[in-house]
Amino acid sequence: MVLTKRRRPGEFIIESLLALCGVLSVAITVAIVGTLVYDGSGLFRDVSFREFFGSTWSPRNGQYGIAELLAGTILVSAIAITVAVPLGLAAATYLSEYARPRVRRVLKPMLEILAGVPTVVYGFFALTVVTPLLQKFFQINIFNALSAGLVMGIMIIPTVASVSEDAMRAVPQSLREGAYGLGAGRRRVAVRVVIPAALSGIAAGVILGISRAVGETMIVAVAAGSTPNLTANPLESIQTMTGYIAQIALGESPRGTAPYKSIFVVGLTLFVLTLVLNLISVRLVRRFRQVYQ
Amino acid sequence: MTFTQTRPAQSGLAKTSANKRRLLGENAFQLALILLLGVGLLVLGILLYTVGSRGAGRLSADFLNGAPSRSAARAGIKPALLGSLWLLGLTIAIALPISIGAAIWLEEMAPRNWISRAIEVNVTNLAGVPSIVYGLLAAGLFAGILGLGDSLWTGALALSMLVFPVIVVAARESIRAVPSSIRQGAYALGATRWQVTRRSVLPPAVGGIVTGVVLALSRAIGEAAPLLLIAVPGVFVVPNGPGAKFTALPIQIFNWTSRPQAAFQVNAAAGIIVLLGVVLVVNAIAVVIRNRSQVRW
Repeated sequence: MVLTKRRRPGEFIIESLLALCGVLSVAITVAIVGTLVYDGSGLFRDVSFREFFGSTWSPRNGQYGIAELLAGTILVSAIAITVAVPLGLAAATYLSEYARPRVRRVLKPMLEILAGVPTVVYGFFALTVVTPLLQKFFQINIFNALSAGLVMGIMIIPTVASVSEDAMRAVPQSLREGAYGLGAGRRRVAVRVVIPAALSGIAAGVILGISRAVGETMIVAVAAGSTPNLTANPLESIQTMTGYIAQIALGESPRGTAPYKSIFVVGLTLFVLTLVLNLISVRLVRRFRQVYQ
Repeated sequence: MTFTQTRPAQSGLAKTSANKRRLLGENAFQLALILLLGVGLLVLGILLYTVGSRGAGRLSADFLNGAPSRSAARAGIKPALLGSLWLLGLTIAIALPISIGAAIWLEEMAPRNWISRAIEVNVTNLAGVPSIVYGLLAAGLFAGILGLGDSLWTGALALSMLVFPVIVVAARESIRAVPSSIRQGAYALGATRWQVTRRSVLPPAVGGIVTGVVLALSRAIGEAAPLLLIAVPGVFVVPNGPGAKFTALPIQIFNWTSRPQAAFQVNAAAGIIVLLGVVLVVNAIAVVIRNRSQVRW
């Protein structure tokens, strides 16, 4: 008897369609890069690459030096991560090392609501609650980097916490028991054993958090202002890359004008920046999985 | 973890001063962790309270039925709310088959070679692309090059691409949780690959897939950034079809928040109550589905 594969045209069609769906994901990436390059490249007919990496961003005067927008993005992200790292790491440590299973089942979803709140709501909160509060203590502009950064930090707590917690829970129990056997208390086990052992996973969470902060739009569009500003002073009004795209999007710049082209160039910069951060994060996660599994 | 039940710090140490100090340090550390964890939850509480206390008075049938207006007291959210519902429906129609199809293919059918690995890495990276970049893509490609204009189609395509990687990742996890013994049993009975997938793998995985879909959609409803280039905040009429210009609830909230007059901020707060209500209801649905459909092997 000869066994041959029976032809099943129906199944072949189904499997081909499913494969097409899988390949479509690559098409999205290609479309992103293609569109950003296609619509943005026109800007470089008016602006040289050297000018693009210059320091003054003033579309009204034809000046497109991305350093000012980049500085705004870095400033806000730095504030956000300064808030999110201690809070997120403490949450992860508590959930992984202290909380009983029942407490954990309640606390974790509550913390994750923070990631589910629409970001425009955080923007509203930053502008109408946090900024007035800050104005009681500082001489501060209505639009400022500090308020946007603080609220963004709260937003990314769950990102930092959940990746860090996964890493901490993946630390083998034997390491903890070894430390307890040597007379260490819980705090020492958490701080000296578990956190160092989970460090690459924690770093992955922090980098993912930075990537979220860099790409976040609505909070900065509402609360951080729209004045490109090469400053490290969080009390000043600034503009981030995402904030600039939002401003032009609302400002009815017709297609084909330099400001319209420039948002695609800024978008491409943003895309590359977050891509690099995400790749580093994925690499770090893979490393801690390899060590303990 | 069974180890969490034992408490070395309190396990009958002699009451020497060194031990007391150590116990104090342990408790202080634990308290500090709880306080830091509480900060996030406290801010969430303040946020919900502020929005509720400022916006609740503005919520009324007129507000839900009204159109945007220059007078804050007469403005309402009907076009925005219906725009968001239209977007949601179209996004489901576009993203659902494609993302679940991709997940099934990657998990069950893709050959294990560099192509499928590249696609995997690609999906992970897409999940990290800032949402405003999807807006740029939709504005440049669909509205511009393909000529769909600032229509609901363009907005829904932007949101579809945004939720695509999220659904794929969730659906794959759910499909992967089905033990391979189930597949092998079906193959042993002579089923083909598609029959195995359709009859044996998908039924137990569907709960997890639906949960992932619902959570992704709850994110899409609240997104304003990808629509900034496409939606028009000044739309007064309810969209009459997928080719219509539109506004969406998060866009309307953004518009009101950015105005200097306090009366519009009240409108924004009331709009946020509606938006958060929708998002929370959708999330609750996801939790219910997850609890009902958990399969233990």
